[in-house]
Amino acid sequence: MTASTTTAPHERRSPLMTALTVVGWTVLIVFAALEIFPFVFTVANSFKCLPAVQSYPRSIIPVPPFGVECKTETGAARSPGDVSGAVTFNPTLEGYEEIADANLPRWLYNTAIFAVAITIGHLIFDSLAGYALARLKFPGNRLVFYTILGTMMVPAIVLLIPRFIILKELSMLNTYQGLIVPLAVDAFGIFLMKQFFESIPNEIEEAAMVDGANRLTMFFRVVLPMATPALTALAIFSFQGAWNDFLMPLLILSGDSDLWTLTLGLSFLRGAYGETLRWHAFLAGSVLTTLPLALIFFYFQRYFVEGVSYSGLKG
Amino acid sequence: MAQPQVLARPKVTTMAAKRRQEALTGYMFMAPALVIFLVFLIIPIGAAVYLSFTDWNGITPVFDEGAYQQVGLDNYRDLLLGEHTEDDGRVVKATTRQRDFFISLKNTTYYVLGVVPTQTLLALILAVIVNQRWLKAKGFFRTAFYFPSITSSVVISIIFMWMFTRGGLINTTIGAVFSGYDSGSFVNWLDDPRGVIHIILEQFGVTRANVGDWASNRSLGLTTWEWLSGPSVTMLTIMILNTWTTIGTMMVIFLAALQNIPSSVYEAAAIDGANAWRIFRQITVPLLRPTTFFVVTLGLIGCFQVFDQIYVISSGGPAKTTLTVAYMVYQNGFNRSAMGLAAATAIILFVIIFAFTLLQRLFVSERANV
Repeated sequence: MTASTTTAPHERRSPLMTALTVVGWTVLIVFAALEIFPFVFTVANSFKCLPAVQSYPRSIIPVPPFGVECKTETGAARSPGDVSGAVTFNPTLEGYEEIADANLPRWLYNTAIFAVAITIGHLIFDSLAGYALARLKFPGNRLVFYTILGTMMVPAIVLLIPRFIILKELSMLNTYQGLIVPLAVDAFGIFLMKQFFESIPNEIEEAAMVDGANRLTMFFRVVLPMATPALTALAIFSFQGAWNDFLMPLLILSGDSDLWTLTLGLSFLRGAYGETLRWHAFLAGSVLTTLPLALIFFYFQRYFVEGVSYSGLKG
Repeated sequence: MAQPQVLARPKVTTMAAKRRQEALTGYMFMAPALVIFLVFLIIPIGAAVYLSFTDWNGITPVFDEGAYQQVGLDNYRDLLLGEHTEDDGRVVKATTRQRDFFISLKNTTYYVLGVVPTQTLLALILAVIVNQRWLKAKGFFRTAFYFPSITSSVVISIIFMWMFTRGGLINTTIGAVFSGYDSGSFVNWLDDPRGVIHIILEQFGVTRANVGDWASNRSLGLTTWEWLSGPSVTMLTIMILNTWTTIGTMMVIFLAALQNIPSSVYEAAAIDGANAWRIFRQITVPLLRPTTFFVVTLGLIGCFQVFDQIYVISSGGPAKTTLTVAYMVYQNGFNRSAMGLAAATAIILFVIIFAFTLLQRLFVSERANV
């Protein structure tokens, strides 16, 4: 390791450093490609008809001149595997049409309602609880905090059966509130908000208190506006978690197809299709399920990454 | 309410009243969270423990007369004990429940042992490279690696199923690179129950038939040969999927920790003449120990509970080789009307996860003292 002999490593690169740099770049590019290409192929194939998906999954760009038509000369749909004649195809929205007919708009609507409601719940209740734990002295304060922290250890699968019973007894199975209420608070969010409130100085609140504002007014007028960065991170994580959740919708909403979420609908569709999977429709559904989150991700990227980093540093 | 007292002894009571007021506000702020936690978390945990000692079927309403019997430790015995002799001399045969439980435990263990070290190591390597001073486009790589983490497990499962179908993207791509690999020899990723270790052993001519009698010894419902199968090919596919998904999150966590190490530490080491490898071994790795603990804990908890991918891709098949403990809880509870048994399985899973986390903590803190 000759590189070590120089005390100013950034001045001049040794051959070894150059070699390491090349290896580093190669590793990164290979892994980045591995992480990204499945999505590229998914998007590309979601615009193909079924025979093209099955026979030419590897063509990324649907380029003219168009060879195989998705329908035969008589206008009938081609059977899967029938690609006689050529290797290209026409881009088509067949997959999207099929998944829309399978009730995807309804699933999208339900998922949006759940995700927004659960996110609002977290923003209000997690920050109230986080603030109380960070700033207010009340008997049992620490006990409550450690209990909440402890619940993060409990696997969701342990709660599955009792939650099912409780919701059944409360007549909340197969209802919107059945999914929203149990998830309207979460331990991670409380923890995040508590950490944040402890990191900001107390003076402004004290000044507001001297002015005679009561705690609740002050909380909404003074404290929450200061907490925008933490709230943004919390909102993003909550929304993402609720949007992607599968186990809880499966437990609570399976019985009413009008309430299915995107993940639930897609997974049941997989069951219904069995062995003859309609891949173009599935891939279209995957794209539509991912698209809203992808847009949010690219817009708020900083908060995603900071939020994850933050949780890691605290752990 | 405390008005008259305030007038009588202003200073002290104002303090007391203020404190009481603050406590009241505290409870008020906590109330929504406490109620929801109590009803949907704390009570359920207690109920899960209670139900695990019953034979409730999950269909008869639980509060009905005679909806269930107290069966004591029977569920746990059925799951954990093989053929055994009771106190009164009765010989109790092992049940398929026991066999299924240990099959699922074996599958889950191989899954965890494969995924957790792989994802942690790969994430660490990628984070170290992305953190290098010479690397341009750090943001691009961070985004590329993190993107799969925002996608739902159901969508990822569908995409992987599609890619790994027999005549699908993965097989045809490998076939395009290696001429010997064609549709006759394509690996059936999604429907191959053969254990990976068995397949490797077979390459060296070692099979069940010629390995010796010890392989037929039975322990905990499975023969030694079965225990040594390794994950099945289908399970391996799901392991690849999960590693692929989680590397990004873990990489971002490692990267944040790396960026938190002050550059003065590295500069001091460089002045002392330490080479890059020694700096990595003796400075970076020890300083990353708390982060590694966090990442491994996260990985353990997540992997032991693997469910969504199994539900979508394989439903525990082929030949029960992707049956995991979490999936077994669901199957017993909701498909086989054995809620008491499912609750007991869930409790055992919780104990396993808890024990692994504690063990890991001991291991990591011990190493940190060296």
